Amino acid sequence: MKPQTRKKYVSKTVAGLKPSGIRRFFDLASSMDGVISLGVGEPDFVTSWSIREASILSLEQGYTSYTANAGLLELRQEIAAYLRRKFHVDYCPETEIFVTVGASQAIDLALRAIINPGDEVIIVEPSFVAYEPLVVLAGGKPVAVHTSGEDKFQLNPVHLERAITERTKAVIICSPNNPTGTVLSPAELEAIARLAEAYDLLVVADEIYAELTYEGVYMSMAAVSGMRERTILISGFSKGFAMTGWRLGFAAAPEEILQAMLKIHQYAMMCAPTMAQYGALEALRNGERDVVEMRNSYRRRRNYFVASLNEIGLPCHLPGGAFYAFPSIKPTGLTSEQFAERLLIEEKVAVVPGNVFGQSGEGYIRCSYASSLEQLQEAIKRMKRFLARL
Amino acid sequence: MKLSDKELEIIEILEKDARTPIDVLAKMVDLPVEETEVLVKKLEEAKVIVQYTALIDWRKADGREGVTAMIDVKVTPKRGVGFDEVAERIYRFPEVKSVYLMSGAYDLSVVIEGRSMAEIAQFVSEKLSTLDSVISTTTHFILKKYKHDGIVFDQGDQDRRIVVSP
Ligand SMILES: Cc1ncc(COP(=O)(O)O)c(C=O)c1O
Repeated sequence: MKPQTRKKYVSKTVAGLKPSGIRRFFDLASSMDGVISLGVGEPDFVTSWSIREASILSLEQGYTSYTANAGLLELRQEIAAYLRRKFHVDYCPETEIFVTVGASQAIDLALRAIINPGDEVIIVEPSFVAYEPLVVLAGGKPVAVHTSGEDKFQLNPVHLERAITERTKAVIICSPNNPTGTVLSPAELEAIARLAEAYDLLVVADEIYAELTYEGVYMSMAAVSGMRERTILISGFSKGFAMTGWRLGFAAAPEEILQAMLKIHQYAMMCAPTMAQYGALEALRNGERDVVEMRNSYRRRRNYFVASLNEIGLPCHLPGGAFYAFPSIKPTGLTSEQFAERLLIEEKVAVVPGNVFGQSGEGYIRCSYASSLEQLQEAIKRMKRFLARL
Repeated sequence: MKLSDKELEIIEILEKDARTPIDVLAKMVDLPVEETEVLVKKLEEAKVIVQYTALIDWRKADGREGVTAMIDVKVTPKRGVGFDEVAERIYRFPEVKSVYLMSGAYDLSVVIEGRSMAEIAQFVSEKLSTLDSVISTTTHFILKKYKHDGIVFDQGDQDRRIVVSP
């Protein structure tokens, strides 16, 4: 059989998913030497030793079997305490919290647990690349609401309300946002909450970057009055605790919804990796100091990098969280793809073109500042040279 | 001296890398360059920033022999001046790199550098043990430095991340 013919076996849904725009840049950048990559969506810190050590100890002691489907009860109790301490939200560790394989799995399960065929799910763009395909795979219909660079990618509630129909089931929000770094203000959260109540919607709140918020106090969607009932709160350990490779996250939601998610999880996954759960236990018990240090380090690099981007002629708002700068490249007259491709080939700096995060990301590029200060300085130097040549 | 948040931030950054260029430092703490310069100067003058030094891995400097020893020193404190007087008598010797007053089994921890073990032995027997208030000394030679002041010497700081990810 020819490879081409074998394609007929692939489901129409999967075949219909658009190829990841990130993949193309990954392939291109991987084939080159001496590339400074600002295309990385993960911390540049290695997980703290105390966390690694706790996980190693669990292996030495032979904790190598499955845990409860929902994860170690001890860990769920720590997560409940953490959510109360950090975000002032109360969830029952026995019935309203469970441990997932990354926030990624939690997002997938949330969507599969709530979507009926044809239900619409609103995605605020530019957005994390997984939302749209996961909505489609769950049988739903993604509906984009655009935000714009002129508003620093703040969400306009009028635009959100316009996108709501009688088929709308949920809104996915992500704050701090990947790729824009924008943090939803209390007023925006409030506006989303009032719309969710008025139209009886759920909110899937991806708060994976909550620990990496640089100004003011972080506010969770679930902490807005009346919203605990309607929120599926998703977070994890990947970003704040620098634990991407551990594949560990969690979801918190009212019992009926959480148990529906857990139902899928018990068949599709059984449980999250045990040794990672022991590491996470240590992270929540004793990891705060390291988180603060990492956050300070990102904040300083953000200040340096964003000021430098503006200086070399790429206008960029100061992102309130995550570790991404999302400058406009409109002054160059190039498209995001052209800019990113030429920058990579001509100056060996890898960035991600903004359009892969949705149409409203066109005209922007995503640069991760989770790189050493020396690398950031060198990247700025190369980008400046590149711009001068255009 | 009570430091402002910006000043604290400046010394934290400079403690990690004293050679951070002033314009980069200014951007990191979100201040104009001139203002940052004024703050650094002020911290230097107040001796909050005492000195800028380089951390050397002497093992890699061929042709320069050297040994470091840590010496536990027991002393009898003097009425009125406690340990300060004897500490000062010890730290005045240029070969003494640091002196700390310790809790526990001994009183002063003295770090000393010399060209050879013999040179250090000589210092201990002739200069240190002969001080009036010194009761006893225990000398430990450092065989290898793995980590110093928070810096790991042989750091495999390669980036293990994949080059582009969501
Ligand atoms: C917005 C957002 N949500 C979720 C994830 C996935 O996180 P995890 O590693 O916990 O699956 C990422 C990772 O890039 C992300 O940026």
